[in-house]
Amino acid sequence: MSEATKSGLSRRSLLKGAAAGVAASAFPAPMIWAQNIKDVTLRQFGTGVSNINEVAQKVKEDLGFTLEMTALDSDAVTQRAATQPKSFDIADIEYWICKKVWPTGNLQGMDVSKIRNYDKIVGIFKDGKLTPDSTIAQGTSPNSVGFTDGPDGTKFADHETGWMTLIPTIYNADTLGIRPDLIGRPIDSWAELLNPEFKGKASLLDISAIGIMDAAMVCEAMGEITYGNKGNMTRDEIDRTLAIMTEAKKAGQFRAFWKTFDESVNLMASGEVVIQSMWSPAITAVKSRGIPCVYQPLKEGYRAWGGGIGLSKNLSGLELDAAYEYINWYLDGWVGGFLMRQGYYSAVPETSKNYMTENEWGYWFEGKPATEVITNPYGDAMAQPGETRDGGSFEERMGHIACWNAVMDENQYMVRKWNEFIAA
Amino acid sequence: MTALSKNRRLFGSLLASLLAQLATGRTKNRHLMGWLLASPMALVLMVFLVLPIVMIVIVSFWGATEFSIYPAFQWDNYQFLLTSPVTYKVFLNTFKYAVLTWAFTLTIGFTVAYFLAFHVRSLTWQIALFLLCTIPFWTSNIIRMISWIPFLGRNGIANSTLMSMGVIDEPLEWLLYSDFSVILAFVHLYTLFMVVPIFNTMMRIDRSLIEAAYDSGATGWQTLTNVIIPLCKPGIMIGSIFVVTLVMGDFITVRFMSGSQSANVGRLISNDIGLLQYPSAAATAVILLITVLMVIGLLLRFVDIRKEL
Repeated sequence: MSEATKSGLSRRSLLKGAAAGVAASAFPAPMIWAQNIKDVTLRQFGTGVSNINEVAQKVKEDLGFTLEMTALDSDAVTQRAATQPKSFDIADIEYWICKKVWPTGNLQGMDVSKIRNYDKIVGIFKDGKLTPDSTIAQGTSPNSVGFTDGPDGTKFADHETGWMTLIPTIYNADTLGIRPDLIGRPIDSWAELLNPEFKGKASLLDISAIGIMDAAMVCEAMGEITYGNKGNMTRDEIDRTLAIMTEAKKAGQFRAFWKTFDESVNLMASGEVVIQSMWSPAITAVKSRGIPCVYQPLKEGYRAWGGGIGLSKNLSGLELDAAYEYINWYLDGWVGGFLMRQGYYSAVPETSKNYMTENEWGYWFEGKPATEVITNPYGDAMAQPGETRDGGSFEERMGHIACWNAVMDENQYMVRKWNEFIAA
Repeated sequence: MTALSKNRRLFGSLLASLLAQLATGRTKNRHLMGWLLASPMALVLMVFLVLPIVMIVIVSFWGATEFSIYPAFQWDNYQFLLTSPVTYKVFLNTFKYAVLTWAFTLTIGFTVAYFLAFHVRSLTWQIALFLLCTIPFWTSNIIRMISWIPFLGRNGIANSTLMSMGVIDEPLEWLLYSDFSVILAFVHLYTLFMVVPIFNTMMRIDRSLIEAAYDSGATGWQTLTNVIIPLCKPGIMIGSIFVVTLVMGDFITVRFMSGSQSANVGRLISNDIGLLQYPSAAATAVILLITVLMVIGLLLRFVDIRKEL
């Protein structure tokens, strides 16, 4: 054990001792607890998407303790969660990252009996089904890595055990973005990405783990490849997928590949590209420049992603209590409303409703036409009256998931092949 | 604090007595003085150049899992690198960029330097025009590169101008996200590195040599090829070393200007780092270092810079 660990433990045990002392005394515990908790600082890190400063500020206001946030890219997040468990208290990670990180034992299972809104969490994160008759999508679906056997479990359980690995916080359904004004006809299939009609005007994202999924959606839609599981391809499937993409690349199908959010926005806004893989906020960014851009629903379905909060195994005592309090607050609706007004979904949509206007709820969640101008939390106009959300309601969008972002068993092989594709 | 200052004082007095010894000639070893004078530079180079490179070489033999690297001595990284056809393709591409950029920057750089050195007569104008050449360097490398993107794009200034002039009917696709745009950006970024050393050597050419050439009946072309170019060789060589090493080590220009469609060695390394495969990145870096050193060694065979300077 290193020096740092010892001091860390002693600090925590001190706090624990203080908490125990308080509990033993005659004072009503919650009040004192509220006093002590002001000294607590929780260190959260994760990808940029939900590491929002407004959340930390609101935590300070509502709960009284300090939340320090660090935003990193997903590779760095994975590495840190796997190798530096002492450097964080709360990990805000995606489910596919959880699949990589959980077996290291750096996170602790969470007792759902302490989660007040557990029953209201949408089914996708529990049994994998949005409605009782929906089928579970391919890839690393949240339910497949969402539960473990107990607080110290290092394996995933295939059913609801009462111990969650991550508490779901944010998720969405991704598809292709298009420029309707430059295409001029309906687009309804992933196969259109490789349609020669868009030669030199298509783009794909150059992040292997996600790009390969989009590529697989395209190849399957073209009828070229039938996958056993797009989220866990065999070497042969990887080879065949990238062979098709390489051929298209050599034929000049792609204008560029993008790696960052800004690049995707610029490619689309400048008209260099008319069809490409895209993320929801990027569509909004293009639209906010007055350029028509649609997050096109496709008949093969969406590629979904989801993130959640995991607790470091080093959390205990008062800090663990504070972390549970934070999670309960997270699911209580304010954050949900904040995220949903940017086009994401919250794990407990019904609590978020309390923090949204009827118009906002109707537009973002129910797929109804906006009755007034829709603005995001930062005040930018997102939609004009009469417009409806691309893809429609929550059920229509999340009910048509073809595949979840995933990490494959053949990940290393896939990454190498992907690099060859980019260099080809 | 006191221990440090004591040490420093001790070191100072030691040095002083040593120098005194040298001065009085009691120490016959003249090499010692040379060693002492060279030691600060040697120390700096040791800490900031040699040690990091040694570290990279060591790590290149380590192993990596998906999240971590572990010390080992294995040839896996090199084996994968040297047996993958992609590596050769990418190295070839890197050489292609280096050679083309070198050819263009040399032509442009030499012409600009020649104009400055021999056509502009007054020193004031020479300095003014030379400073003009450096103005683009007042902004960042990346901004200079990215500003090409709206210019060359499908609906960019270049295409719309050409179309309104009636030169072309359809936008030229190859202007952006192509090898053309990569080379263009490289030439734009690095020509000055050619201009400066060539201009420097040109300014040091004894003008009477040129007059002598004319007096002997040489044409302008003969003067250029027989007098000026041979005398400019060290400048050309230094400029070439700058340009070749900069282009071979680059990754961001290739990524942005090719729209991630092309790869060079720098991008292989940056991809590996992004995926936390540090040992593999280190192995690629070692191979790149060896390649660049070989290229420079080859260049230095043509000109003995030390003699010429």
